[in-house]
Amino acid sequence: MGFMNLFKQLLGDDWGVHPDDHKGPAADQPLRVMPVPARLYLPLQQHLGSAARPCVLVGQQVKKGELIAEAQGMVSAPLHAPTSGTITAVTEITAPHPSGLSLPAIILEADGSDTWIDLSGCEDPFALTPMEIGKRVAAAGVVGLGGAAFPSAVKLTGASRAKVTTLVMNGGECEPYLSCDDRQMRDQAAGIVDGIRIMLHATGATEALVGIEDNKPEAIAAMQAAAAGVANVRICPVPARYPMGSEKQLIHVLTGKEVPADGRAFDIGVVVHNVGTALAMRAAIREGKPLISRIVTVNGACAAQPGNIEVRIGTLAEEVIAFAGGIKGDGIGLARRVMGGPMMGMQIPHWRVPVVKGTSGILAFNATEVAEQSPDPCIRCGSCVKACPMGLLPLEMSARIRNEAFDEAIGLGLKDCIACGCCAYVCPSKIPLVQYFVHAKGELAAQDRAKLRNDATKKLAQQRQERLDREAREKAEAAAKRKAEREAAAAAKAAAEAAKAAATVNPETQGESA
Amino acid sequence: MMPVTLVAQPVASPHAHGGNSVRRTMIRVQAALVPATLYGFWLYGWPSFFLWCLTLGACLGFEALSLKLAGNTRIRASLLDGSAALTGWLLAMTLPPWAPWWVAVLGGFIAIVIGKQVFGGLGQNVFNPAMVARVALLVSFPLPLTQWVQPLPMIHLPAPDLVEGLRIFLTSLPLPDAMTSATLLGHSKTELSRGVDLLQVLAASQTPALSWLGMRAGSFGESAAVLIFAGGLYLLITRVISWHTPLAVLAGVAIPAAIGHAIDPGRYLSVEAHVLSGALMLGAFFIATDYVTSPNTGSGQIVFGLGVGFLTWIIRTVGGYPEGMAFAVLLMNSLTPVIDRFIKPRILGRDRKGRPLDVPEPEGT
Amino acid sequence: MIAAILSLTLLGAAFGIVLGIANKFLKVEGNPVVEELTAMMPGSNCGQCGFPGCSGAAEAIVAGTAPATCCPPGGKALASAIAAKLGLAVDLSAMSDEGPKIAVVLEELCIGCCRCSKVCPTDAIIGAAKQVHNVFREACTGCSSCIEKCPTEALVMRPVPVTLQHWVMPRPAAA
Repeated sequence: MGFMNLFKQLLGDDWGVHPDDHKGPAADQPLRVMPVPARLYLPLQQHLGSAARPCVLVGQQVKKGELIAEAQGMVSAPLHAPTSGTITAVTEITAPHPSGLSLPAIILEADGSDTWIDLSGCEDPFALTPMEIGKRVAAAGVVGLGGAAFPSAVKLTGASRAKVTTLVMNGGECEPYLSCDDRQMRDQAAGIVDGIRIMLHATGATEALVGIEDNKPEAIAAMQAAAAGVANVRICPVPARYPMGSEKQLIHVLTGKEVPADGRAFDIGVVVHNVGTALAMRAAIREGKPLISRIVTVNGACAAQPGNIEVRIGTLAEEVIAFAGGIKGDGIGLARRVMGGPMMGMQIPHWRVPVVKGTSGILAFNATEVAEQSPDPCIRCGSCVKACPMGLLPLEMSARIRNEAFDEAIGLGLKDCIACGCCAYVCPSKIPLVQYFVHAKGELAAQDRAKLRNDATKKLAQQRQERLDREAREKAEAAAKRKAEREAAAAAKAAAEAAKAAATVNPETQGESA
Repeated sequence: MMPVTLVAQPVASPHAHGGNSVRRTMIRVQAALVPATLYGFWLYGWPSFFLWCLTLGACLGFEALSLKLAGNTRIRASLLDGSAALTGWLLAMTLPPWAPWWVAVLGGFIAIVIGKQVFGGLGQNVFNPAMVARVALLVSFPLPLTQWVQPLPMIHLPAPDLVEGLRIFLTSLPLPDAMTSATLLGHSKTELSRGVDLLQVLAASQTPALSWLGMRAGSFGESAAVLIFAGGLYLLITRVISWHTPLAVLAGVAIPAAIGHAIDPGRYLSVEAHVLSGALMLGAFFIATDYVTSPNTGSGQIVFGLGVGFLTWIIRTVGGYPEGMAFAVLLMNSLTPVIDRFIKPRILGRDRKGRPLDVPEPEGT
Repeated sequence: MIAAILSLTLLGAAFGIVLGIANKFLKVEGNPVVEELTAMMPGSNCGQCGFPGCSGAAEAIVAGTAPATCCPPGGKALASAIAAKLGLAVDLSAMSDEGPKIAVVLEELCIGCCRCSKVCPTDAIIGAAKQVHNVFREACTGCSSCIEKCPTEALVMRPVPVTLQHWVMPRPAAA
């Protein structure tokens, strides 16, 4: 591989970076299962799309697996009680987000019995229609467990409608430090392959390509053994290189196809799912179990006992870390708390934020790992250009954004940026390039919203003016009408009086004339 | 180490860094220059050592002064990043080894103040500062800038000792003719302009020899081509530079030189003479690869390098000066923004013009 | 040498003076962009800028007596658009400090007099006579023209809360 990499580098095909993977020792520790904590914090929005709507009342008793919030809209996912207990509040809690803002959540007090609701599994998933599988997956609240948390059922049904041919399974796990997918592939390879077969059935794809980075030989071996008898599931080791687990890059490496910039994977007949999602989907179909727990990697130099832990959704990161063995030295030397991976994960303000469906890791970094430093000027070395897996010019884009020239940044491809972090990782001047891009994307979205609002305001003002005009006109018309009526009435009255007068006069005249 | 404080402002990902820094890069480039420089000291003795020291000192001093005048608060950090020292070092590599002291000071001023700081400091300059200084000095003071001393290794008897070296360095008296020599390029140019055929020139005994090891008159960057080349290889292996620029520069000189030499060896120097002479090795690996003033993409660097090489050959062959590396680099520096504008990497999912790729027709329909 | 320096200096000074005089006496006055600016503005004529309606503000901005940032309902987007049109440099950071505000009815104080709904430029206040009024969030532009009409001070301006959907990653501190 070394020679091939050198050759590719000479040809200039050297996107991405090769960070120290820091997978061990967490990856080699056996999976630990964390007991249910006393209280669970369940944000209503744990997925991409619109938030779920609570369908329980405060004080209500729920069983494990019971629906507590239902999906709202086309792209959404429902939420289920991860254990049995009482709903104590629907309130705002700190979001697992760098802003430290709050988001609405359901708080569930565990009763300790952890009793399941009646589950209705399915003996033979291959007898179900793809539509039926999609419905069941949607009802189980399964979302992509790789990190983006896109509702899986939407992808499944979309894929079967778009008639995709290839199912790409993402076992890349290219983020350093994380090993939850690795652990699952080693421990539950047979289950994953079964899940992949169900997915193949549901999407109508003819073959599944499982991309696993070659720095995980145990996982590759386990998956190859499990897929040995399955004809249309192929295990494809891919070179370890960040961001190999990014959708567009993995598709390109495995199938040689490129997703068009304005299109989606469906357009080229491919759908991508995470290997962990395959397990969750299998549980949803075969056993009828909704997604109520996931595997989280606890890692980082400050974590006393790194490892993979199965936790219930809604458990506070604080409690997960305490269960894992706590923070070294009571948090002295802890420089940053991160949820997700080090390259794309989110900094969180404190540990009292819950694990959500998309949380793949809880990382406690010291100052050396974070390497925070005030940035130097850009020396135009071009490292970021070589590292960018999308072929962008990060140094030019950030220079434009620094001058608030967002339109020029878009012209350079800002909208194609996947925020993978390669550019900032290699930057010798330590310029926070990704922050520039995220900031610009946020500002652009805000400007779009402001523009929409401005247009709406204009329309409202115009409508008001029209209403005022109409009212004035109607008033005038009504006044005119009343006047006309009054005049008509007066005229009629006058005519009648005249006629009456004439009538009273006439006989006389007649009489006179007679 | 900065004290770790509670994070007041949110920071975006990534939360890890590859560990590269401006300082590390600059130190690597300087490390790559060390062998050729030490060898140069040995060849040209104490005056060259003083010149080197003063050029670096002048660059650092003018950098500090400019930053102070500009109200910069991070003067110390900026000096420690090594960029000014590297500029001075590269400039010293291209000066005649026995150049007088004021050449060093003036060179440092032109490189740092006019070549770099008036553009806005590190990363903002359009032209390579060392080359700006070198060209300005050459055009303004042709005599001291073309006096190339014969190598007199420190162990030789006539080599100046410390005090004598200081005297040569400070008094800036013209060197005695016996100690100077023209470079190969200069000599051939003079002879050619006198109408002497190159074949005769090269056959003559007083013609400077061509040597990989540098026992000939020239600047530090010219004499020990093999050591410069080794330094360049070190930069390639440590990935400080990529192969595009150096290869393109060498090809840009070698291809026209080979064609010319094949057509008329009497008028055109051989490939070997071109590649080993003047500042070509230094230029290919250390000057043209300057991050700030060269294009950012591999393809752009190839265009840039070919341009530098070809212009060097043109100036050497038909221009008024015997050596044209510095001019060629400056000319191509001015084209760098244009190259960067037109040569961009292809964005994944888009074609070369930036339009989204077409969606292929679904198979089987 | 000295002659050359002297002559160049004199020439420079002379041309400088000519340019200065030209600037003083040949100044072009005219505002062809006022109408374009008016078209860009919200058009609700709320008067928050202190000028009579949006066209008044546009005139003032073109004349330079008002900053490009004077329109609160237009916000940053409008300010940067105006600045781009006029080639001005604006400090947008000053605008974000305040943040957008909208009117809120304090229900216990509202007497249902309908005076506020009559002045609202976007019909954002709903409510019939003798009924508690309410502000339609999406339609309120934050112009605050209703505030002073309220006889019971039941209308107050409250900042629009920042939510996860509206949050923007701050710009990195400059190098």
